[in-house]
Amino acid sequence: MTQFRASNIAVSIGRTEILCGADFVASAGELTAIVGPNGSGKTTLLKSLCNDLAYDGSIKINGTDIAELTPWDQAAQRAVLAQSNVIAFPFTVIEVVQIGLRAGTSGQHDDLPMQALRKVGLAHYAHRNLQELSGGEQQRAHLARVLAQVWEPVVNNAPRWLLLDEPVASLDIAHQLQVMRLAQKFAQAGGGVIAVMHDLNLTAMFADSIAVVAEGKVISQGGTRDVMTDDILSRAYGCTLRVGCAPSDGTPFVLPHVAQT
Amino acid sequence: MAIASLDGASHTPPKTRLSRARQMHWLLAGFLLLTCLASLQIGASEVTLSSVATKLIAGESLSRMEQVILWDIRLPRLAMGILIGGALAVSGAMMQGLFRNPLADPGIVGVGAGAGLGAIIAIVLGGFLPAAFLGTFKNHLIPLAAFLGGWVSTILLYRVATRGGRTSVATMLLAGIALAALAGAVSGILVYMADDKQLRDLTFWGLGSLAGASWTKLLAAAPLIALSFGASFFLGRGLNTLALGEATAAHIGIDVQRMKLIAILSVASATGAAVAVSGGIGFIGIVVPHLLRLATGPDHRTLLPNAALLGASLLILADVISRSIIAPAELPIGIVTAVLGAPVFLWILLRQRGWADG
Repeated sequence: MTQFRASNIAVSIGRTEILCGADFVASAGELTAIVGPNGSGKTTLLKSLCNDLAYDGSIKINGTDIAELTPWDQAAQRAVLAQSNVIAFPFTVIEVVQIGLRAGTSGQHDDLPMQALRKVGLAHYAHRNLQELSGGEQQRAHLARVLAQVWEPVVNNAPRWLLLDEPVASLDIAHQLQVMRLAQKFAQAGGGVIAVMHDLNLTAMFADSIAVVAEGKVISQGGTRDVMTDDILSRAYGCTLRVGCAPSDGTPFVLPHVAQT
Repeated sequence: MAIASLDGASHTPPKTRLSRARQMHWLLAGFLLLTCLASLQIGASEVTLSSVATKLIAGESLSRMEQVILWDIRLPRLAMGILIGGALAVSGAMMQGLFRNPLADPGIVGVGAGAGLGAIIAIVLGGFLPAAFLGTFKNHLIPLAAFLGGWVSTILLYRVATRGGRTSVATMLLAGIALAALAGAVSGILVYMADDKQLRDLTFWGLGSLAGASWTKLLAAAPLIALSFGASFFLGRGLNTLALGEATAAHIGIDVQRMKLIAILSVASATGAAVAVSGGIGFIGIVVPHLLRLATGPDHRTLLPNAALLGASLLILADVISRSIIAPAELPIGIVTAVLGAPVFLWILLRQRGWADG
C-alpha cells in the first residue's frame, strides 16, 4: 500500500517501442533513482508513472491503479517536476508556486508558497517575474511549486510522492546538493521520491534504491550498493565503468575506464 | 501536520497583484457606468439623458419620441454593447489562455471564418429561399446563418484536432487557417456573384455595427453570451495552470480535455452570437486582455471578469464615437475599434519582439 509500482509496462510511440515489459517499484520513505543511457526509456517510464502517456500494463500508486483516479485525485497524491518548464505569461515567482497549490489546501495555508520558496532559497525573488530568472533559478522555482503541491509528505497515513525528471540538470553543484537534500528530507519524512538521474555519483550519494533502465526494460533494481556494480552499469551504458568507494564513508562513486594503448 | 512547524516563522506577504486586480473590478465597474451614461446621453437626436431626467424629476411624462429613442433605440443598443464587448473580450482572454499565446483572438476557433461565410451565403443566396420562410425570418436570416456557420466550423475544427480523446490546440490553429482559406475562397465566389446592393450589405456586415440592436436580438444572444460569462468563473484557475503547459496542468489536477471543450464551446457560443448580431468587430478580443495583463498581471481568475468590464466599456465608447463623429450619419463600429485597436496591437507585437530579442 505504500509503494509506487509499475508492472509489465509497454509504451510505443508511432511504430517505435520505447518500453517493453518494464517492471518498477518504489517504496515510500526512500529516494528511488531511475538511471540509464540516453534513449533507454527513463523519461518514458517516469511519464508513464505520471499518466502522461498511453501504456499497456498496470501502474499502482499506494495500491490504487492510476487509471481509476481522476487527475484531481492523482494530483493529491503526487507532484511532478518536468525536465523543462516553459511558462506562457509573465507570472511572478510566487504566483507560479501558488498555481501548484491544490484548491483544497490553498485556502488554509496562505503562507505555504513563501515557505516553499524559502526551502529552495528563492524567497527574495518571490515578486519577480519568473521569466527574468536564470534557468537554474526557474527550475528551483518550479521545484517550490511542486513541493507546495505535496507539502505534507504523509496524509492520512498514506505517503505522497515526488516525481522528478532530471531535477538537477540545469543547476550548479551547490544547488544540486540543495535540491537532492530536499528530496532526501521529503523521503525521510515518510514520502516517496522517484527521480530520473544522469549523474551517477550524485545518485550514489542520495539514492536509497536504483532502477537501471536499458533498451526499454528495467534490467536491475535494488539497493544502491547492490545495483552500483561494474558489471550492471557497464552493461547498461555500453562502456567500461569502475565503481569505487569513498574512503571516508564508503559512498560508491563511478569512474569511466578507458583502456590505455 | 502543522505547516508552520515545517519551516520557521510565518511571513506576511506584501500586497499582491491579485489584490490589485480585485480592486480593479471596482475601477472598471465605475468606468463602465460612466460609458453607459455617455451612451444614453449622446446621440444624433436632441434627446439627452439630462433632459429626460429633468422631465421625470419634474413629474412630466416623456413624449412618444423620447420613449422610442431611449427605450427602443439607445437602451437595447447599450445593452447589446455591454454584452458583445464583454463577450469578445472574455472570449479573447479565454483563447489566449487556451492557446498560451497573447495574440490569439476569439475567432481562432473558426467562428470568424464560419460566421462570415454563413452571413455571405445568407446575403447572396438568401433570396432563393421559399417566400414563406423569408417572410417569417427575413430580419433574422443573416444572424441565424452567421451563428450556424460559426458553430459548424468550430465543431469541424474540434473534430479534426481531436484524436484519441485529446485535442491538439496546435492542430486546431493550423486547421483553422486551412478552413479560413477555404471559407475565403467560397466567399470570393459568392462575392463575384453578388449584385451591388448585396455587396454593400456585405461590406457593412463585415465592418460591424450595433445599429441593428433590438430587444429581440438581445434576447436571442444574451443566453449564449451569459453561458460564456458563467463558464469563465470556473475556468480561471485551470487557464492559469495551462500557462505551464498541458502536461503540467494535468499534473496539478486539471482535467485538461474537459477544460478545453468547455472553453472552446463557450467561445463558439459567445463569439458566434456576438458576430451574428453585430457583424465583425475586431481588436476588442485581443487588446483588452493584453492591456489588463500589463496593468494587473496574467491571473485569469481576475483577468476574465475584468476583461468583461473593460471590453463592455470600450465597445460602448467606440459605439458613442461611431454614431457621433459624423452625425447624423454613422460610422461602422468595426472601423472605430480598428483605428483605436490596431496601434495597440502593433505596440504589443513590437513590445513582444523587444522582449524576445532581449
